[in-house]
Amino acid sequence: MLAFTLRRMIQAIGVMLAVGIIAFAMFRFAGDPVNQMVSIDTSAAERAAIRKSLGLDDPIIVEFAHYFANAAQFKFGVSYQFRLPVADLLKERMPATLELATCATILAMVFGILMGVYSALRRDTLLAKAFQAISLIGISLPTFLIGILLIYLFSVTLGWLPSFGRGEVVKIGWWSTGLLTLSGLKALIMPSITLGLFQMTLIMRLVRAEMLEVLRTDYIRFARARGLTTRAIHFGHALKNTLVPVITVTGLQFGSVIAFAIITETVFQWPGMGLLFVQAVQNVDIPIMAAYLLMVSLIFVTINLVVDILYTVVDPRLRATISRPA
Amino acid sequence: MSVRQNLLAAIVAAMVAVAASPASSQVLRYANQGELKSLDPYTLKETTTIAHHAHVYEGLVGRDKDLKIVPALAESWETLDPTHWRFHLRKGVKFHNGDPFTADDVLFSADRVRANGSNFLSNVPGDAKFVKVDDYTVDVMLSAPNPILISQWDGWYIMDKKWSEEHDSIAPTPASATTPSYAALHENGTGPFIIESHQPGVKTVFKVNPNWWGKPEHNLKEIIFTPIASDATRVAALLSGEVDVIEPVPIQDIQRVNASGVATVMNGPELRTIFLGMDQARDELLYSNVKGKNPFKDIRVREAFYKAIDVDLIKNRVMRGLSTPSALMIAPQLFALSKDFTRPKADIDGAKKLMAEAGYADGFEVTMDCPNDRYVNDAAICQAVVGMLARIGVKVDLLAQPKAQYFGKVLKPGGYKTSFYLLGWTPASQDSHNVLHDILGCRDDPKDPTRGEANLAGYCNKELDALADKILVESDTAKRDQMIKQAFEIAIKDWAYIPLHQQALSWGVSKKVKLTQRADNQVLLYWATKQEE
Repeated sequence: MLAFTLRRMIQAIGVMLAVGIIAFAMFRFAGDPVNQMVSIDTSAAERAAIRKSLGLDDPIIVEFAHYFANAAQFKFGVSYQFRLPVADLLKERMPATLELATCATILAMVFGILMGVYSALRRDTLLAKAFQAISLIGISLPTFLIGILLIYLFSVTLGWLPSFGRGEVVKIGWWSTGLLTLSGLKALIMPSITLGLFQMTLIMRLVRAEMLEVLRTDYIRFARARGLTTRAIHFGHALKNTLVPVITVTGLQFGSVIAFAIITETVFQWPGMGLLFVQAVQNVDIPIMAAYLLMVSLIFVTINLVVDILYTVVDPRLRATISRPA
Repeated sequence: MSVRQNLLAAIVAAMVAVAASPASSQVLRYANQGELKSLDPYTLKETTTIAHHAHVYEGLVGRDKDLKIVPALAESWETLDPTHWRFHLRKGVKFHNGDPFTADDVLFSADRVRANGSNFLSNVPGDAKFVKVDDYTVDVMLSAPNPILISQWDGWYIMDKKWSEEHDSIAPTPASATTPSYAALHENGTGPFIIESHQPGVKTVFKVNPNWWGKPEHNLKEIIFTPIASDATRVAALLSGEVDVIEPVPIQDIQRVNASGVATVMNGPELRTIFLGMDQARDELLYSNVKGKNPFKDIRVREAFYKAIDVDLIKNRVMRGLSTPSALMIAPQLFALSKDFTRPKADIDGAKKLMAEAGYADGFEVTMDCPNDRYVNDAAICQAVVGMLARIGVKVDLLAQPKAQYFGKVLKPGGYKTSFYLLGWTPASQDSHNVLHDILGCRDDPKDPTRGEANLAGYCNKELDALADKILVESDTAKRDQMIKQAFEIAIKDWAYIPLHQQALSWGVSKKVKLTQRADNQVLLYWATKQEE
């Protein structure tokens, strides 16, 4: 197990280095950051001085080595636009994104599994067909459109929910949470739905398909033959066995939920890391872009690792293979 | 009713109450497309930033609702001789931390604004010497006369010397700072509002300054600023009443806002002039199928381009009526004699004839560089220009790109890499000399290396340069205006640039709020009153 984890961690470092190299190669095409930092009538001499002091004139290899030497010590530099350390900015924005992503994932899992199980067991009912229709909408409508539709319905027309922001937040240490205030909870509803809808439909369709597959297998027939209750067969045996792929997908999707919260955060002006990243791209704020991409790749490799370990918990057969690799 | 039902009823009632509770009447909520990036007033010279700072910081002079210069921290001033100005400072003014405002703070601010890392170097002449006469009198000694000295001071705010020294913020926060500066996150000005909290890019709260020296023209106790970058969300926030003022309202949403019954759009001409430039410097264009020569060096081709473009059509179709076609490279509000100029009408046949005379009867191909996220409908304007030039046989290959790439390519540091482009310009000093010097001045002047730095087209006429130098030092307004007129006439005769229009300001304002709109697009909420509920 230890060897397995170690091997995975070395791979993770490789992945992050690769992400860093690709990112740095792309920053060259993002434009000139100095233009975004000064007014248009700033003299060329001033601009050149800033370029030099930022180290933008160094060869890309030098820039990259310099950045990684610092990043390894958790020094991500100072944001060009805010003149604040990137690490502080990310730390300040992280709670917003994580709360949103967690709420969206919980929402997606609870409703996705319930709807999936229902539409697998009661395939021909009207409700199951309605769920299928909803899932089609969720999969085909782009996120920003759903967000804007929700805003126009619930904020502008009905006036029930706030159209932007996080509402009042409460500070617990450095963590700022919107979960403890009414306005914070209200502000969370629409972004969570917008962000979670796609995952929800995905989980629903997956659970439905897996469940139908499992219900056809021999051991379910044997279970029926043994006279077990339908409830025990469906939830004790069938559902449990559909959960392996669901865990994989949800786990991997949690990474995407964080990474792709970008669009939802932009639509709802949600002050999270995704919004910070979008603003950084527009302003060629390389330190923020680099740190964000590294962080996202770190999240992905961590989630992959956790999912692999979770497999062994759910499926004992895998434990044997890992401890005695072939 | 059971306990549970009671509880449920109470929760629902509470939610309804919160949803329906009106915003406290004297709290003004304001959302802008841009964000307040740094609180250090010398870091970034950009309209939105300067306007935010104007609520907490003040300069020696200010501008009123019509952009006329008015006393601020200096009560009065006089010119003892053309190179010697004297400023009498306001007494009894206190910074937000209680420090008194004196001549030392002016001297300190004059040094700080001209130090490395400041973005306001051009606002205060480097050779101007600031001398303290007594605690409330400051002399400014210049090496040459400068009649527009105080109009250049726009956005130069006075900082507290003692506070800056205490917090290790003597130098402006440079763009390349590696440690955050105290002044970038905190303010200590003399202005009518105090920043209570500032979360960069998220939210900034301004509280009224009860000890301000002036008489408030607003009825606010608090301003809450939130940047909302997404157009649709910003408009939705205004329509749902969650914010009271937004800037800007996208052109396509103006009608909807006006029809909503809860808010209206304030429109007015802005000071920024949008224009087209043609590379006249290179011997061969970078991006064209004409090899071995540069068609834009031929004055007839430039005239043909000018006449092929129908600004009225752009105004009606692209700008939905919200632009003021311009004959000059400067907004009419900024130059007294601008009414003497009229823009020649579009003339396709004339343009075709000129092209034929120049030997391009079949036209030619050229690439146009255009930003797509900088000015109002910028890419759409360029698209219209492409269509109009097609009528005289010119095939324009449009390269519309985000401002980060666009400016990186076309400005001086990028090597002026463009053949044909669209740009917008607001003279920082609100004076014609800035346009004559920065855009119409010859590039590569050995005596004045900053001349013509924004002259991406490389237009050059020594006669105009000589006039510009005289205009800089002429103190007689009438004589000076005549010389400016002469200079603009030269540029027009040369068909140097193609001015298009001044775009319109577009602010969304709740019906509960009364606001003054100033042509420089600074949203100044210290002139806002909000109806009590």
